[in-house]
Amino acid sequence: MSTFWQRYRRNKSAVFGLAVILIVIIMAVTANFLYPFDPFRLAGKPLSGPGMNGFLLGSDSLGRDVAAGIVHGAKTSLLIGLIATLVAVLIGIVFGAFSGYYGGRLDDFLMRVTEIFQTIPSFIFAILLVAIMKPSIVSIVIAIAVVSWPGVARLVRGEFLALKSREFVQACHTLGMSDLRIMLREILPNCMSPIIVIGSLMVATAILIESGLAFLGLGDPNIMSWGFQIGAGRTMLRSAWWVCTFPGVAILITVLAINLVGEGLNDALNPRLRERI
Amino acid sequence: MTENLLQIDNLFIELPAGSERQYAVQDLSLELAPGETLCVVGESGSGKSLTARAVMGLLPAPHVRVSDGQINFNGEDVTMATYDRLRDIRGSEISMIFQEPMTALNPVMSIGSQIDEIFRYHVSMSRSKRLERAIELLRDVNLPNPDQIMNAYPHELSGGQRQRSMIAMALALKPQILIADEPTTALDVTTQAQILKLIRDMQTASNTGVLFITHDFGVVADIADRVVVMQHGLVVESGTVNQVLNLPQHPYTQALISAVPSLMPRKARSRSEKTVLQVRGLNKTFGGGKSFFGLGKPNREVRAVKNVELDLHKGETLGVVGESGSGKSTLARCIIRLMDTDSGEIRIDGNEINSLSRAEMRPWRNKIQMVFQDPFASLNPRVRVGDIIAQGPVTLGIEKDEAIKRARELISIVGLDTRAFDRFPHEFSGGQRQRIGIARSLALKPEILIADEPVSALDVSIQAQILELLDEIRDQMNLSMLFITHDLRVAAQVCDRLAVMRYGEIVETGATAELFANPQHSYSRDLLAAVPGKEWKAGSKPKSAKSKRKSA
Amino acid sequence: MTQSTKIIRYVSRRVFQGVPIIIAIIVINFFLLNLAEGDAVDVLAGEAGSATPEYMAQLRAKFGLDQPLPVQLLVYLKNVLALDLGYSFRHDMPVSDLIFDRFFATGLLMTCTILLAVGFGVLLGLLAAMQLNTWKDAVITVFALITYATPLFWVGLMMIVVFSLKLGWLPTSGMENVAAFYEGWDRAKDIAVHLILPTITLSLFYLALYTRMMRASMLEQYGQDYVVTARAKGLTERRITFVHVLRNALLPVVTMAGVQVGALIGGSVIVESVFAWPGLGMLAFESLFARDLNLLLGIFMLSSILVIVVNLIVDIIYCFLDPRIEVS
Repeated sequence: MSTFWQRYRRNKSAVFGLAVILIVIIMAVTANFLYPFDPFRLAGKPLSGPGMNGFLLGSDSLGRDVAAGIVHGAKTSLLIGLIATLVAVLIGIVFGAFSGYYGGRLDDFLMRVTEIFQTIPSFIFAILLVAIMKPSIVSIVIAIAVVSWPGVARLVRGEFLALKSREFVQACHTLGMSDLRIMLREILPNCMSPIIVIGSLMVATAILIESGLAFLGLGDPNIMSWGFQIGAGRTMLRSAWWVCTFPGVAILITVLAINLVGEGLNDALNPRLRERI
Repeated sequence: MTENLLQIDNLFIELPAGSERQYAVQDLSLELAPGETLCVVGESGSGKSLTARAVMGLLPAPHVRVSDGQINFNGEDVTMATYDRLRDIRGSEISMIFQEPMTALNPVMSIGSQIDEIFRYHVSMSRSKRLERAIELLRDVNLPNPDQIMNAYPHELSGGQRQRSMIAMALALKPQILIADEPTTALDVTTQAQILKLIRDMQTASNTGVLFITHDFGVVADIADRVVVMQHGLVVESGTVNQVLNLPQHPYTQALISAVPSLMPRKARSRSEKTVLQVRGLNKTFGGGKSFFGLGKPNREVRAVKNVELDLHKGETLGVVGESGSGKSTLARCIIRLMDTDSGEIRIDGNEINSLSRAEMRPWRNKIQMVFQDPFASLNPRVRVGDIIAQGPVTLGIEKDEAIKRARELISIVGLDTRAFDRFPHEFSGGQRQRIGIARSLALKPEILIADEPVSALDVSIQAQILELLDEIRDQMNLSMLFITHDLRVAAQVCDRLAVMRYGEIVETGATAELFANPQHSYSRDLLAAVPGKEWKAGSKPKSAKSKRKSA
Repeated sequence: MTQSTKIIRYVSRRVFQGVPIIIAIIVINFFLLNLAEGDAVDVLAGEAGSATPEYMAQLRAKFGLDQPLPVQLLVYLKNVLALDLGYSFRHDMPVSDLIFDRFFATGLLMTCTILLAVGFGVLLGLLAAMQLNTWKDAVITVFALITYATPLFWVGLMMIVVFSLKLGWLPTSGMENVAAFYEGWDRAKDIAVHLILPTITLSLFYLALYTRMMRASMLEQYGQDYVVTARAKGLTERRITFVHVLRNALLPVVTMAGVQVGALIGGSVIVESVFAWPGLGMLAFESLFARDLNLLLGIFMLSSILVIVVNLIVDIIYCFLDPRIEVS
């Protein structure tokens, strides 16, 4: 663990990214303390500029506090990003592991299914799913997970395919070990590094998809989110630029930070060096 | 002095800060005369390859650089040469061939255009003239159908053909020096023999100086005029091939040479008549599956094992020798039931096991075990050494405490410190890992051990130790061993009997000494004839390479 | 087997592989349609304001909605293969007509975007890799990192704020100035001006993606053995970069260009709705609000097929770049 941190620390921008994410997380956790009221509440004079009428980042056309929305939106973005990624990674591991380990017809079938899901334009598919299931946190998580797992499945399949012909796995066969045990105890731990890296990058993508859905009006109507704020502010673009600008900056910074952390993890877990260890 | 083509004086090559050692090469001096072959010999990490690269100015800049010394080529110090001058020299006055011709050639350019480049960037010739020369070159290196090979891509050629193309490229402008960096290590012995002969012929024809980097003393004996031995970046010994091979002065050279297995087969031991493993009519085919929708051509069928029959007697070591693609490793994996066969019988102590399911096979697992080739790939990096060894017994239902006790015993039996028990594989060297692998296979107290090229990934000095260990264990535990190898020297030292395999078939079986003395099948004869340095035996005096060439 | 017959076999195999995928997508489409609350009759009834249950049953029979699900699926498959994607009650037009009307606008936007993103991405990546660890490399890398993390719709809005509202250089929305009744060359110029902002917006993310990939790919290829060989042959660095390394480095980028087409279509929904670009994405956005599921599914299906077609084209291009394609 300490050597991992030493290697991670060498990538300065990854450390910066981690710091930013920590700030966003703290913001999300303390949202109810910082702005202990409903962010949809009409808090004061509509269309106040940043710093005016007690609004740090201004207010929108209905007098909602932009800063409060950003702080509460952080919760939504992180939560949906994390849960959707987790679900997608789990689906991907199951598909990829069976496909790569057993090969043959099962592999053909599972990979064909994966290919279909990869061919479908993912964002439109997500829109469709949310529209059909009616917008809610659950439907958004499901939609994002459904469009994101194929990448993990392909990655895991590739790793399993490569590792199953490794001699240490063959040795396990000669010892009479069961398939499930070989998959879970011998192969899976050896492909965790790339899974962690792709997972961290997927959180960023999930946040982008979520904000896009919310921007189009497919967010959970009861929950504040950055995409919703931008979507609501676009009609006022001419007179109140701040309503759209600040939530966008929040998305940009969060996603950038997660990407930096992902790259840092990639360097620290170095998949290429791993080959020889 | 001036007659030397190449003279390296007190060369230091510095490694980047934080490396294991400061200099990759330290205070190295050597010279090379026209028409001479100088072999630079050493184990991995000795700095021999970087020396070769430094001559071409091809060190991986900016991290690795020449920090002191001179490399004089015809009296001109190439470490001081401008980039343009270096570019002139490369490929036309000094050229180079590499170990792995597959990766050394650009995969998306045809062989023809890769040869053509050399002419385009060094001399002015018309297009048709260049084409003509390129075809001529391919013919010179004995490639069949030069016209076709011009348009072929590297992946369409065999390993030997690729290396011939590389040589054609390297010799295109008749360089004064050819640097060969382990050019035959990736090739089979018969191909190796052909390539070595080709290099020799080309050298004689145009009086080229050859700087030949290798780790194989057999190759040295065949090709060298003079030898430089390197260890950890230092030259420990240099001299004529005769002096170095037969009267080595430095202890390291002596150790290296004595570690080279002799081609003199060991004395066969008295053999038991009891057969422990019997293989009958074994067949295994790869591919041949239907293609999608019947489109495209059906997958190519490869018959990896054809009608193989084998008998392994109690306590003996049976060697299966052959080149890559002969099916010897597939055979091993079929016998231990890692792969399903198409047909055939495998009997252990008279019991048929080839038709058993995986679950039914489990009780037989403690009869037959395997040692693998690659010590880096054969141990799970995420599992502690003790658990790796204890895994087998635990899987077969032995109490955990008992299994751990046995694992500790085995660790000391294979010559490792018992503290290894709690450590991870990456903390060990290749040789030590191979010991761990052997301990794992012994944990189930097998009667039959299949060893699949157990020493081919190791340096020669380590090789000798592992072979010794296997020998001890075999006697101690009364093991019967099936020993898969491509190296006839190793086979000579380890095996009581040999089976020679080619294209999935066993072409000849016999006692090792008999087979070496009097091979029956023409392929066995070819294999034996191709062993590098076969005329040289440690301790005897070989003819110098020069005189040998003249007599040939 | 010669290279050209190899390519023909390879391509025809890819075409056949696309067929089951298209069928699978149609089936998914059908089930999504059934998953949604209410069927076309409910929608119609809702439109009309009120309808008796008898009339609705009659309508269901007319549309075949009273049949068992497998029969409905077969009918649906047959209809789709005959390019009948259903009826948009909202627009009172067949879905396929609506889609074909809007196809040109999206096609134009996508083509320009792909050309811009791949072209400049490759160029910037190449430049960054050649000038490794200089200020140029740093600027390109940071630019790519930031654009890679920016949501498309936000970039679009910011562009409008800066270039349309503040500077007044470019139009905020639409594909052309309809009121001006331009003809011929003037009209083309008008469309081009309207095209600038949407194209830049949509391409930025992919530009970043290709830049990063190209840079990484070039660096990886520089480390390969054949580069050492090329140097040992005395070739110039120029030749090594532009002939040896470039061609190998392009391979993963070309593959990626195919993979990303689906995402690009998704992005066009957002960009078109931001700039009111009258293409399929805009249509999807409108149908979303009008709850016109038939239309949305039609767009979804067509865009899936578009992805398959573009992937096929990419495969063919790939064949010419990489001689190592496998037929079996």
